[in-house]
Amino acid sequence: MFSIYFMLAILIIVFALFAFMLTKYRDRKNFNNKNYKPDMHGSTKLEIIWTIIPILIVTALSIPNAKALYELKEPPKSTIDKEPIVIYATAADWKWIFSYPKENIETVNYVNVPEDHPILFKVTAADSMVSFWVPQLGGQIYGMPGMVNDQYLQADEPGEYKGMNSNFTGAGMAHQLFSFVALEEASYQDWVKKTQENAPKLVEETYEKLMLPETVDEMTFSSTHLEFVDHGNDSEYAMNIREKYGVEVKGIKVKVDGNEDNENEETVSNNGSHSNH
Amino acid sequence: MFNFIKDNLILNDPMILGANISIVLTVIGIVVVLTYFKKWKWLWTEWITSVDHKRIGIMYIIAALLMLFRGGVDALLMRAQLTVPNNTFLSAQHYNEIFTTHGTIMILFMAMPFLLGLMNVVVPLQIGARDVAFPFLNNLSFWSFFFGAILFNVSFVFGGSPDAGWTNYAPLAIEGSPGPGINYYLLGLQVSGIGTLLTGINFIVTIIKMRAPGMTLLRIPMFTWTTLITSFIIVFAFPILTVTLGLMTFDRLFETHFFTLTNGGNPMLWSNFFWLWGHPEVYIVVLPAFGIFSEVIATFARKTLFGYKSMIISLVVISGLSFLVWVHHFFTMGGSAALNNVFSITTMAIAIPTGIKIFNWLGTLYKGRIQFTAAMMWALAFIPTFIIGGVTGVMLGMAAADFQYHNNYFLVAHFHYTLIAGVVFACFAGFVYWYPKMFGHKMNERLGKLAFWFFAIGFNVCFLPQFLLGFAGMPRRVYTYLPEDGWTALNVVSTVGAVGMGIGFVILVYNVNYSMRNAKRETTGDAWNGRTLEWATTTAVPPHYNFAVLPEIKEIDAFWHIKQQNKGTKKENMEYKPIHMPSNASTPFIMSVLFFVGGFGLVFELWWMAIISGIGILACMILRSLRSHKEDEGYYVSVDEIKKLEQKFQKEA
Amino acid sequence: MSNINNSASTNTPLEYQSETGKLNIFGFWIFLGAEVSLFATLFAAYFALKNGTVGGPLPNEVFDLNNTIVMTLILLTSSFTSGLAINEMRRNNVKSMIIWLIITLLFGLGFLYMEVAEFVHLVNEGAALGTNAFWSSFYLLTGTHGLHVSLGIGWIILIIMQVLKRGLTPDTAKKVFVSSLYWHFLDFVWIFVFTGVYLLGMVG
Repeated sequence: MFSIYFMLAILIIVFALFAFMLTKYRDRKNFNNKNYKPDMHGSTKLEIIWTIIPILIVTALSIPNAKALYELKEPPKSTIDKEPIVIYATAADWKWIFSYPKENIETVNYVNVPEDHPILFKVTAADSMVSFWVPQLGGQIYGMPGMVNDQYLQADEPGEYKGMNSNFTGAGMAHQLFSFVALEEASYQDWVKKTQENAPKLVEETYEKLMLPETVDEMTFSSTHLEFVDHGNDSEYAMNIREKYGVEVKGIKVKVDGNEDNENEETVSNNGSHSNH
Repeated sequence: MFNFIKDNLILNDPMILGANISIVLTVIGIVVVLTYFKKWKWLWTEWITSVDHKRIGIMYIIAALLMLFRGGVDALLMRAQLTVPNNTFLSAQHYNEIFTTHGTIMILFMAMPFLLGLMNVVVPLQIGARDVAFPFLNNLSFWSFFFGAILFNVSFVFGGSPDAGWTNYAPLAIEGSPGPGINYYLLGLQVSGIGTLLTGINFIVTIIKMRAPGMTLLRIPMFTWTTLITSFIIVFAFPILTVTLGLMTFDRLFETHFFTLTNGGNPMLWSNFFWLWGHPEVYIVVLPAFGIFSEVIATFARKTLFGYKSMIISLVVISGLSFLVWVHHFFTMGGSAALNNVFSITTMAIAIPTGIKIFNWLGTLYKGRIQFTAAMMWALAFIPTFIIGGVTGVMLGMAAADFQYHNNYFLVAHFHYTLIAGVVFACFAGFVYWYPKMFGHKMNERLGKLAFWFFAIGFNVCFLPQFLLGFAGMPRRVYTYLPEDGWTALNVVSTVGAVGMGIGFVILVYNVNYSMRNAKRETTGDAWNGRTLEWATTTAVPPHYNFAVLPEIKEIDAFWHIKQQNKGTKKENMEYKPIHMPSNASTPFIMSVLFFVGGFGLVFELWWMAIISGIGILACMILRSLRSHKEDEGYYVSVDEIKKLEQKFQKEA
Repeated sequence: MSNINNSASTNTPLEYQSETGKLNIFGFWIFLGAEVSLFATLFAAYFALKNGTVGGPLPNEVFDLNNTIVMTLILLTSSFTSGLAINEMRRNNVKSMIIWLIITLLFGLGFLYMEVAEFVHLVNEGAALGTNAFWSSFYLLTGTHGLHVSLGIGWIILIIMQVLKRGLTPDTAKKVFVSSLYWHFLDFVWIFVFTGVYLLGMVG
C-alpha cells in the first residue's frame, strides 16, 4: 500500500505541473510576451533536485521491499507456533495435483486445508512452467519440472478460494483452476481421516493418465504419486509417459483431427516417433 | 507436395478463410494495377532497389502501418472474445495464436519499423549528411525485415501461427508445441533481426562520422542522440536474440538439448536469455520515442529543449541500466530473496533517469509559447499517460509486491501504458510532424485531432480498468473466464475503449488519403517553423542529395538560430560542387527473398529448400564481395543539374 | 559532404585513404562489438548448461588435450602470419602479402581439419550434438567459431583474387585490413574457448 501512496503522490505532482504548464503557457491572443523565454537552456539546480528526490524515493521503497522479500520466504508470523502442513502442488497440463506426504492423501483440482494454519506448498510441475496462484490469499510462485519452489499460504478464515495457473501453458490454461478450501480444524481432521479410510489407492496407471494433456474433474486418493515419481527431481517422467501413450511430444506435421468441439484438449496424434541419436 | 499444401492450408475457420481470400484478391489487385499503369519499372528503380534513406524510411513506415492494422485487428478480436464470460467467438487455440501474433507483430513488426523508418528519413537530414554510411546495407536491412515479417505473417493461413506467447517460453514452445507454428516465430524473427542489427551499425557510423562541419556531438538534435544510443543498444542486444532463437531452433529441428525437459536442458535458460534481449528491446523502442517527443515539444513550445546535457546523460544511464534488470520479468520464478532484491533495486533505479526526462520536458513547456497542433497533442498526451505506466512499473519492480501483480492484467495494463503512450503516441506524433518532409504536404489538422481524441480517450478507457482487473485476480493470456469471477463489467468497458482506438486508427489512415487529395502543397522545406536542420532543405521533400550546400553549424537548434540571424537575407550565389551519390542495389532484395525461402524451408523441415537458399545467399555475398568496387562507385550529380533543381525550387518558393 | 580528411599525408595507411575505407573499418569494429555479444551469449549458455552431462561421456573422458593444444598453436600462428601480411601490405609488397595470406589460410584449414577430426572422434565416443545439454552447447559454441573460421577462409580467398586482379588500391587494402581484423578476432575468441571449454573441462 505504501508504494501506492508514493506513486499517487508522484502522479498528482506531475499532473498538476503539466496542467499548469499547458494553461499558463499556451499560445493565445493575449499572450504576455514577458512570459516567453525561448532560449532558456536549463537549470543545474533543478536537475540536481529532481535527481536526488527520486533517488530518495527509490531508496525509501527498497527498504520495505527487501524486508518483505526475506519475510515471504519464512512462515507467517501470526501462526509461528504451528507446524506447517506440507503439501506438494504439482501441475500437469491442465490440472493441479496435491499430495499430502504425511497424511498420504492425494487430491486433484482441489486442496483442503485447516483455517488459520500455515501451509508450506512445494510447487513443481510435470511438463510446463506454471504459476501457482491463489490471489485472495497470497502471491504466486512458478512451478517447473526438475525444480521445487516453496510458498507459504495461510487462510485466516474458512472459505473457498479460487486457485489458478497464471503462467501461459497452452490451450487448456484458462481451465487449469483449483479450489482452495479452508475448513475449520475439526472438519479438516475429519476429512483427512475419511479420505484415508475410503478413498481408492492411486494406481500408477491412473497417474500416468494424468500426465496426458487434458482437463479432468476433481479426484481423491489415499496414496500419493510420490512413490512413483518425484517431479522435483525428474523432469523427464511426463514426457516419457506421453511418448508411451503416443501423444506427439515434438513433431512437425501434426494433423488437426477434427477436435473443434473439444476446445480445451491438445491435439493428440499417434505419430510420435521421437527419433533418438 | 499436394498433400503438404493440403495439410497446411488452413481452410476450416471462416475468419481465416476470409483472410486467405482477401490476401489473394489483394495480391491480384496489386499486380493488375501495377501492370495496367505500367509501373513495374518505376517500382523497381524508384523504390525496391533505392538506397535513398528517405525512400527506405517511407517503406518502413508503410510496412509498419500495415502491421499496425493486423496487430490492431488481433487486439479487437481478443477484446471481442473477452467481453463476456464463456464466450465461444474464438476457440482457445485460435485465441492463443492471436495474442501471440498480436504481441510479436506490435513490438517487432510495427514499433521497430515505424521508428527505424522515422530514423531513416530524419537523421541524415538532421546532421546534414547525404545518406547513411552504408546505403547498400540499409536497403538490405529493410528487405530482410520485410521478408522476415512476411514469413511470420504467412503462418496464420499456412501451417498455423505460433501460439506460445510473444515470449515463447520453453517447455511450452518445445515439447508443448508440435507443428510449424513456433518455427515460424523462430525463423521470422531471426531473418528480421539481421536487418535490425545492420541498421544499428549503420546509424552509429553515420552519426559519428558523417556530421556537417561545425556539428559537434553536443550540437546534434535530441532525436539523433536517441538514435545513436539506441543503435548501441541494438548492437549489443540483438546478437543475444540471434543466439537464443538459434538455440531453440536447434532444439526443435535438430534435437539438441538447450531448453528441453530431458537430457540436461534447462527451460529457465530461455527465460533468462529471452529477457536479456527483451528488456533492452523495449528501451530500443522507447528511447527513439523519447527523442521524437523532445523534437516535437521543443518545436511547438517554440523553445529550446530544457536540459540538453542532462537529457543525454539520462539516455546513457537508461541504456546502461537496461541490460541490468532482466530478472524482473520473472521475480516469481523461484530466485532467492537476495537475487530478487538486487534486480528490484536496478529496476526501480531506471525510473530515476526517466523521471529526469519527464521533468525536462515539463521544463521545456515552461515559459514557452505552446501551439496545440495535432503532432503536439500526441506528444503532450504522452506525459501524463506514460507516467501512469511508469509508476506502475515501479510498483511491479518491487519484487515483494510483484508476487501479486505478475502475469495478470495489472502487468498487461502497465506495459500497454508504457508502450502505447510511450511508443505508439511517438510514432503518430513523428508521423504527423515529419509527414510534410516525406510527402510535401501536411496532414489535415482537424482530422488529425479527431483521430487523436478517439485513440487517446479510447486507450485510457480500454486499459485503465485493466489495472483493476489485475487486482481482482484475472490472469493474462486466458481465452475466457467464468461469470462468477466478477470480471465481466470491467471487460466490457475495456472493449468499448478498444473500439475507440480502432476508430481513431481508421480516421488517421483516412487522413492520409484525404490529405493526399486535398491538402495544400508545401512551398518551403520548413513546414512548422522548425529548429533543426531537416527543415532547412530547399524544398518540402528534399532533393535526393538532401543539401546542395551545407550551412555551418554553430550551436544546438542550428536552423532556428540561422533563421533568427538571417531575417530577410536572400540566398547569395552558392558555390556548387558535383555531388557523389550511391547507386541503386538489387542484390539485397534477392538475398532477402532467399532468406524467406530458406526460412520457410526450415519451418517445414524441407532441408533441400533450406540448403539451396543458403547456397544462394552465399552466392549473393560472394557476388557483392567481388563487385563491391563497381557497385559502390555511385554516380555524380553535376553542378548544372544541381543548379537547375535548386533554382526551380527557389522559384516555386 | 562528410568530414574529409584533408591531410592525405603519405603516412596514412592505404586502407584509410578513401572515405569508404574509413567508414567501413569503423563500421567493422562496431560489428565486432556485436560479435562479442554473440559469443558471450554462447559462452553463457555453455556455462549454464555445463552440468547437463547425463547420458553422455564427461569432457575429461573424451577430450584430447594434445590435439587441442596443436589446434590452438596453429590458430595463434595464423593470427601472427596475418599480421605479417598486413606488415607487407604497409610496405607495398603485394607478392609477399599474398604469400603470407595464403600461409594464414593454410593454417586456418589445418585448424578446421583438426576440429572436424575431433568432432568425429567425439561422436564415436558417444558425445554427439543431441546427446545432452553439455554436448549441445559444446558443439554450438565451437561449431559457431569453426563456421566463422570457414567463412573467413572463403572471404580471404575472394580478397586474394581481387588483389591479384586489381592490385593494391585503397579499396582492396581496406578489404585485406578488415578481413585481418576479423581473423584476429576469431583467434581472440578461441583463447576463451580453449581456456573455458577445454582446460576447465579437463579439470572439472
